[in-house]
Amino acid sequence: MKLLVCISKTPDTTAKIAFTDGATKFDEAGVQFILNPYDEWYALVRALELKEQHGGTVTVINVGGSANDAVIRKALAIGADDAVRIDTVAASSSVVASNIASYAGENNYDIVFTGKETIDYNGSEVGGMIAEHMGLPYISYASHLDHDGSKATVTRDIEGGVEVVSVTGPFVLSAAKGLAEQRIPNMRGIMMAKRKPLEVVKAKETESAVSVVSYSLPEEKQGVKMIDPDNMDELVRLLKEEAKVL
Amino acid sequence: MGVLVVAESPKGQLKKAAFEAVHYAYLSAKNLGGEVIALVIGESSDAGQLGTYGANKVVRVDYNGGFDSGVMCSIITQVAEHVGAHSVILNHSSTGKSVASRVAVRLDAGLVSQVNSVPTKDGDAILVSKPVFSGKAIAHCKIEGPKRVLTLMGNALPPAEVGSTCPVELVSVDVPTSNVEVIEQKTVEGVVPLPEAELVVSAGRGMKDPGNWSIIEELANTIGATTACSRPVADTGWRPHHEHVGQTGVAIRPNLYIAAGISGAIQHLAGVNSSKCIVVINKDPEAPFFKAADYGVCADLFDVVPKLTEAFRKAQGA
Ligand SMILES: Cc1cc2nc3c(=O)[nH]c(=O)nc-3n(C[C@H](O)[C@H](O)[C@H](O)COP(=O)(O)OP(=O)(O)OC[C@H]3O[C@@H](n4cnc5c(N)ncnc54)[C@H](O)[C@@H]3O)c2cc1C
Ligand SMILES: Nc1ncnc2c1ncn2[C@@H]1O[C@H](COP(=O)(O)O)[C@@H](O)[C@H]1O
Repeated sequence: MKLLVCISKTPDTTAKIAFTDGATKFDEAGVQFILNPYDEWYALVRALELKEQHGGTVTVINVGGSANDAVIRKALAIGADDAVRIDTVAASSSVVASNIASYAGENNYDIVFTGKETIDYNGSEVGGMIAEHMGLPYISYASHLDHDGSKATVTRDIEGGVEVVSVTGPFVLSAAKGLAEQRIPNMRGIMMAKRKPLEVVKAKETESAVSVVSYSLPEEKQGVKMIDPDNMDELVRLLKEEAKVL
Repeated sequence: MGVLVVAESPKGQLKKAAFEAVHYAYLSAKNLGGEVIALVIGESSDAGQLGTYGANKVVRVDYNGGFDSGVMCSIITQVAEHVGAHSVILNHSSTGKSVASRVAVRLDAGLVSQVNSVPTKDGDAILVSKPVFSGKAIAHCKIEGPKRVLTLMGNALPPAEVGSTCPVELVSVDVPTSNVEVIEQKTVEGVVPLPEAELVVSAGRGMKDPGNWSIIEELANTIGATTACSRPVADTGWRPHHEHVGQTGVAIRPNLYIAAGISGAIQHLAGVNSSKCIVVINKDPEAPFFKAADYGVCADLFDVVPKLTEAFRKAQGA
């Protein structure tokens, strides 16, 4: 099987979120970057498992600048065969998706994997856009995927439960928790990753209709009010009368 | 020209999410201009009630096949063109998210997902905000161009009644063939799904053993809340995966979030910190969660949770 996994780079989950340039830019100073967990833990690993089962190749693709090469190498260390970086600023999900779709369109993949969402912009936008550009089915929020070589059976998360679907032919899938188990790269993988091909491709010109004008931080909490453990009636009263949430 | 809003009606039933979306479309149309047209796909006997929340008209399309984002996109974009929509609004739900990005590409529209404010005009562009970095910040976005697609974050703006029932028009569209077949659906009946829940009771590793969850369920049942949990609890199989909230689980925004035996790690907070009111029950006075809480109870949860359940019952009886 020929598999493509879209990987993105996000700030570490414990990163301090701050902005510079008059609150127009994310402050990267001192921030550790990681592979987006949904891409690394679930999408990539499930793709590798399918390759182990059916043979074939796993290519990872990223849209971004050379600063992303470190996380791309991590994906190679986990087991991807080769990598492609489309060299441009990932200004919006539409820029990312149209570039990935053009590349994927020329290479006949059986499955294009994305993560459920990036944990920084929380868009959940890219996967569906790629699918639409390529005219392929989009199977979102997959927590289980079986493939017999020609037909896939996927369990996907829906509100309050799951749905099982089958899909024939190539498709785009977004990976949710449960699809696979995280793999930690070993020394050998890390050494091999250095020699695996990372192709840098020129991006196509794309306009983006969406831009971020500024960022702000949410209102701080007022401070916690401690309640006497022996007076839960008081807590219920406060929830009703003060917080007004009941 | 107007605002087209997709009103989800799973199993023919309009739910709160649909009322929220329609009311949001009504508020959006006030700023952006035009009528509000609500689209109902599939069966619905009472679609006209969407008028109460601000729809001028309902368009209903008869489609009873399974969910395929490609088919939904085709239906929605045909209706959007039929009614001349300048904006398409969907819920930021599993269904809405899966379809919105396709619709945006097909209509050549700008997409902002998970919006939590009513869009305003800025010349020919529009401005709208959304949470980013898992709720740790808000991005104020600008969308250029004549068309846009928005998905509305759940529980962000409460629906309000502003009118009376409206007419429903049945429209027929071309339904494309699909390579996706829905084999079965397994949903929990009688429980409000987490992303839509207004009240949530959540528990973590402090519960010690999966066999201890009855006190959490009892508390949840008493107030009609949905149960949730921290990640390690789901990872070890103590609770089902769909209950896992946080940065790598479900992000929620209920009116009330009660957390028992959860330390309040930054990744947990990322998924729950936009809850309107947070109650933390933890025996460790240094637990980081207290800093993010509105009300705190520092004590053994095995003692406090049943007492809280009792207090709720008493208040309901009164
Ligand atoms: C990349 C990444 C992503 C992550 N994503 C998530 C996520 O999405 N969601 C998530 O929840 N976590 C996530 N985590 C894990 C997170 O860092 C914490 O490890 C986790 O949230 C801790 O779960 P907990 O609070 O249940 O357990 P603990 O941290 O062990 O806390 C248990 C708490 O219970 C209290 N307690 C114990 N006994 C009692 C008692 N009898 N009465 C009252 N209180 C008691 C203790 O004082 C303690 O505060 C993530 C971690 C990483 C690295
Ligand atoms: N810059 C990028 N390069 C490659 N893939 C990306 C990029 N940004 C997002 N993706 C993929 O799209 C998924 C969803 O991202 P988002 O729509 O931003 O939530 C991610 O989990 C990745 O798989």
